[in-house]
Amino acid sequence: MSAVETYAAEAHGINKRFGPIEVLHDVGISIPVGDARALVGRNGAGKSTLVGLLTGLYGANAGEIRLGGRPAPSLGDRQGWRERVACVYQRWMVIPHLTVAENLFLNNQPRNGLGLVDWRRLREESIAVLDDWGLDVAPDLDAWRLTVEQRQIVEIARALLQGSRFIILDEPTAELERREVNRLFERIRGLQEQGVTFLYISHHLEEIYEICRTVSVMRDGRVVADARLDELPKDRLVAAMVGEFAASGAGRKSGNSASKARMTSGLDIGGLTVKDSLENIDLSVHCGECVGLAGLAGSGKDKIAEAVAGLLNPDAGSIAIHGTKTPLGDVGAMRAAGVGYVARDRHVSGLFPLMSLGDNLTTTVLPKLGPFGFVSTGRQSDMVDRQIAELGIVAASGSQPIGELSGGNQQKAMVGRALASDPKVLVLAAPTQGVDIASKDALYRIINAARDRGMAVLVVSDDLDELAICDRVEVIFRGRLTRSFARGWSDQDVVAAIEGLY
Amino acid sequence: MTNASLEKAAIARPSQGLFDRFRLRELVLIPVIAVVIVIGSFVSSSFLMPENLLNILQQSSELSILVIAQSLILICGKFDLSLESTVGIAPMFAAWLMISDVSIGGSGIGISGYAGIAVVLATGLLIGLINGLLVVKLRLNAFITTLAMLILLRGITLGITNGQTLFDLPEEFLYLGNAKWLGIPASIWIAGLLFLFFGLMMRYHRIGRAIYAIGGNPEAARVAGIPVERITLGVFIMGSLLASLAGLLLTGRIASVVSSQGQNMIFYVFAASVIGGISLNGGQGRIIGALTGVLLLGLLQNVLTLSQVAAFWIDACYGAIILLALIITRLSGETPRA
Repeated sequence: MSAVETYAAEAHGINKRFGPIEVLHDVGISIPVGDARALVGRNGAGKSTLVGLLTGLYGANAGEIRLGGRPAPSLGDRQGWRERVACVYQRWMVIPHLTVAENLFLNNQPRNGLGLVDWRRLREESIAVLDDWGLDVAPDLDAWRLTVEQRQIVEIARALLQGSRFIILDEPTAELERREVNRLFERIRGLQEQGVTFLYISHHLEEIYEICRTVSVMRDGRVVADARLDELPKDRLVAAMVGEFAASGAGRKSGNSASKARMTSGLDIGGLTVKDSLENIDLSVHCGECVGLAGLAGSGKDKIAEAVAGLLNPDAGSIAIHGTKTPLGDVGAMRAAGVGYVARDRHVSGLFPLMSLGDNLTTTVLPKLGPFGFVSTGRQSDMVDRQIAELGIVAASGSQPIGELSGGNQQKAMVGRALASDPKVLVLAAPTQGVDIASKDALYRIINAARDRGMAVLVVSDDLDELAICDRVEVIFRGRLTRSFARGWSDQDVVAAIEGLY
Repeated sequence: MTNASLEKAAIARPSQGLFDRFRLRELVLIPVIAVVIVIGSFVSSSFLMPENLLNILQQSSELSILVIAQSLILICGKFDLSLESTVGIAPMFAAWLMISDVSIGGSGIGISGYAGIAVVLATGLLIGLINGLLVVKLRLNAFITTLAMLILLRGITLGITNGQTLFDLPEEFLYLGNAKWLGIPASIWIAGLLFLFFGLMMRYHRIGRAIYAIGGNPEAARVAGIPVERITLGVFIMGSLLASLAGLLLTGRIASVVSSQGQNMIFYVFAASVIGGISLNGGQGRIIGALTGVLLLGLLQNVLTLSQVAAFWIDACYGAIILLALIITRLSGETPRA
C-alpha cells in the first residue's frame, strides 16, 4: 500500500449550507485505513449531513473531501463514488421485486461475451457470496421478503462486491434484535481483520464501545472531539455530546413549580404492549402534571403517543382518562374521551397548508359549531378569534392560509387545534421542533398554562429544552421504560439514559 | 469457491425448473388462453382456420406494439397516456405533408413516401422527448402531463385536417401495414420481432435490468450508479417511437388516416399490460406476460364476435375480465412492504 493511501476518508475544512442555514462549520475528520470509527452526536448535530458529503449525495460549500488518498470524484460520477465508499442506509436500498442475486450484483451483473447478463454465473456467484456470509436465503428470493438483518447483509455484501473497502453504517442496529446485532458485529469484526474501514453511526453508545476503535463526536455542526475509545470513558463521551455549558443542567429552569401535584389521575397507561416495539409500558400522568417521555427515534416513544391518540391499536394494555378506560385504536373515541394530540411533524400529519388558519384551528371541533354537521361561520370565527388571541398567533386574520404563516405560528395553531376540544389529556410530540426561539418560549407558555388549568400533559421528545418544562422525565429505551428523573436532573444523566448507557 | 461449498450449495438450493424461472404469474394466462381457444373452436368452425387466426394476430399487432411501449414505461415506474394520440398524430402529420392536393386536406408540399415514414418516426421521437423532459426534468406528474398531451395531440390531429380522413397515400408509406412476408402479414412479423427483441433486452441487457431497478426503487438505483434520469427519458422516447410505428402499421392496414385513429386504444393497452402481469407500481412484470395479455384480449374479442355477442356487450365483457384479473392477482400474490 502506498503512503498516500493511509486514509480511507478525509474531510478538511468542510462548510455546508442548506439555504441560509449553515449546518456544518469547518468540519475535519480523517479516518485511517482499517479503522473502525464511531460517529456520534445528538439529533441535529450534523452527522447525516457529513455522511451525505462523504457518500457524494451532495457537495460541500467549502473544503475538501478525499477518499482513499485521492480527491473525491465529481458528484455526477456515481460509479466513482461507489467504488470507494458504500453506505448502508436505514432506508431500504434494495430493489424489492428483483431477486437477492440480482440485488447483490445490481448494475454490476456478470456478463457474457455479447455483453448480456449471464444469469447462470450471476446465480452461481451469488450462491458463493451467500454461503460466504452464511446467509441462508435462496438467491432467487424476491428481495422484499428479506428480513432487516438479511437486507443489511445483502447491502454490505453488495458494497464489497463493487470494490468498496470503506463502508458507512448508518444506525444499522436500530431495527435489529440483540442476537442479530451480535451476528452483525461478528461479521464487522471479520471484515475489519481483512482491512475494511468502517464509519459507524449509532445512538447506542454501548455498541460503539463494543466494536469501534476510535470516535468522532459532533455537536452543533462541528467535530468537537476525536479520540480513541479506550481513552475516553463514557461520561466524558456524553459530556462531549451534550456540551460544556449544558452538562450541569441541575436546577435548570425552575419554572412554575407544579409540586402542588394534586395526584388526581389524568392519563393512565397500563401494560401497553405492541409486538416488537413496546413491552408492558406502565405510565401515569396526573392532572396538572407535565411528564416528558424521552427516547431515541425507534425507541417506541412515538408509538406510545400514537396509542394514546388512538392512531395505533396496541396488542395488549389499557389506557384510562380520569380513571375511565377508553376503547383503543379509535381516534374519535380517544378525542371524545378527552385526548388532545399534537403530532410530531406538522407538515406530514398536521397542517392543511392551503386551508385557512381558522379552518386549521377548528378541524377537531366542527360538530360543536352548528347543528347537523353544518358549520356556523359566526360561531367558528368567534372561536378562532378567541384562540388567536389566547395563543398569541401572529396572522393577518383567521382566514389567512396557514401555509403562509411562520413555522412557530403554524405550530401554535397545531397546539391550538389540540386544545380546541378542551381536552383532559394533552399529548405533544416534539412540539417545538423547527421553530424559532421566541415561538418556543410562547409554546412553552401555552403548554404550561394548559397544565396549570389541570390538564395532564405528556411531552414526547428527546430535546433537552422541551424536557426542561416537564415535572418529571421518563426514559424509554428499546421499548421499555428504563429510568425516571424527577425535576432537578442533570442533562448528562438524561442523555446517557436516552442513549442506553445505564 | 471450494468443492465442498459447491456441494453444500447444490444441496441447499436446488436449481430452478423452467416453471420456476418464468414464475407462475407470467404464465398464468396460458391455461386461460387455452380455454378461450377450446371455447372458440366449439362456438364456430371457422375459429381455428388459419385465416381467422392470422386475422386475430394482425388485428392485435398494432395494439401489441403499444403494449410493449407501455410495458417498458410501466416497468420503469411511470406511465404514458398520450401513446394513443401519438398513434394518430404521427401518421396524420406525415400524410398531410405527403398529399400534394390541397382540396382533399393535404398540405400541398407532397414529400415522398419514404420521407413520410421518417416524419412518422421523428414525430414519435419528438413527442417522447417532450413527455420525458416534462416528467423527468420538470418532475411533473406523469398522469396529468401525459393526459394533457393526449388531449393536445388529439386536438392537433383534428385541427390539421379539420377532421377529414386522408386517402391516396404513397405505396411505400402503406407497404409495412399491408405487405405479406412468407404469406404472413408483415405487421405480425414486426410485432413478433419487437416482442422477441424487447423481451430479451429487458431480461438480458443491463439497460433492461436498470429499468426494473428504477421502477422498483429509484433511490437505490441512483445509489447503485444507474443513470436514472437518462434511462427514464430514453424509455419515454422509445415508447413514443413504438407508438408512432404502430400508427404507421395501422395506417397501412386501412390505407388511410382517420382523425380518430388510435382513440380509446390506451384503455386496451393498459388492460392487456395489467392482465399480463405488468404492475402499475413499477419494477414488476415481464414482456412475455404482456404478450399473453394482448393475445387473450385479441382471442376474446374474436370469440365474442363469432359467437354473435352484440358489439355493445363486448366492452362490458372486457371490463369484467380486467376486474377479475386484478382481483385474482391481488388474492394470489402477497404484497411487499413499501
